[in-house]
Amino acid sequence: MRPEMIIDILSWVCLLSGSLLGIIGAIGIHRFPDFYSRQHAAGITDTLCAMLILLGLGLQAGVTLAAFKLGLIFIFLFFTSPTASHALANAAMHGGLKPELDNFNKENKS
Amino acid sequence: MKIFSYSIFLFMFWFLLSGHTEPLLLILGLTSVLLTIILVKRMDVVDHESYPLHLYKQLPLFFIKILREIVYANMDVVKRIIKPGKRTISPQLIEIPVPQKTDLGRVIYANSITLTPGTVSVELTNDKIIVHALTKESAECLAGGSMAKLIPD
Repeated sequence: MRPEMIIDILSWVCLLSGSLLGIIGAIGIHRFPDFYSRQHAAGITDTLCAMLILLGLGLQAGVTLAAFKLGLIFIFLFFTSPTASHALANAAMHGGLKPELDNFNKENKS
Repeated sequence: MKIFSYSIFLFMFWFLLSGHTEPLLLILGLTSVLLTIILVKRMDVVDHESYPLHLYKQLPLFFIKILREIVYANMDVVKRIIKPGKRTISPQLIEIPVPQKTDLGRVIYANSITLTPGTVSVELTNDKIIVHALTKESAECLAGGSMAKLIPD
């Protein structure tokens, strides 16, 4: 088997599993009951799904400037997506949205 | 010293993004780097928080460990989503202590918590983080403090 073919197969495995994770994340957004738990499902598309798709695209690009730019996208995503999720969750909490909790008795103060 | 390494870093960044090697464009790039350096110096924004050079030894290992955590946490959440049944999750709101002393360490800790699916940091104060966890297990894992040890301070 030629090396290009192995890289091609690897990159398609990454792209397809990344897309599958994106779909699973979308299903999770519909299945989970409230805002906060839905955010966890959206977290999948933020992290592993995005990583796998970027990795697959990077393998297609090879050692080029395009691959470096894909790496940069990954780094920016790595720093900005948790900040955005935190801002959303924090705003929801301050806005008075009560999460559905299993340990509600212990945690009435917030 | 910091400004010097920052300008080299900026120029590398410009070069890798543009990919041009013509002298005219290189000079224009250098000029834009110089302008940026002057602005940054006047605004006084390059410090240990925005440009954490002192963490360079710990960062690669931290990235590898946090990537491992992210992959495991992802698989757990995916399992909860595709598992049939009425309620596969047990949402929790917990308070966990923050052992990090510096602001930067605290923010990295809170960001890492949010980055791993299954836990989102809702509020960060000086000595504790309020975390919303998707499951009891992930909440307990976080309260155990295994992640806090990964974070560079």
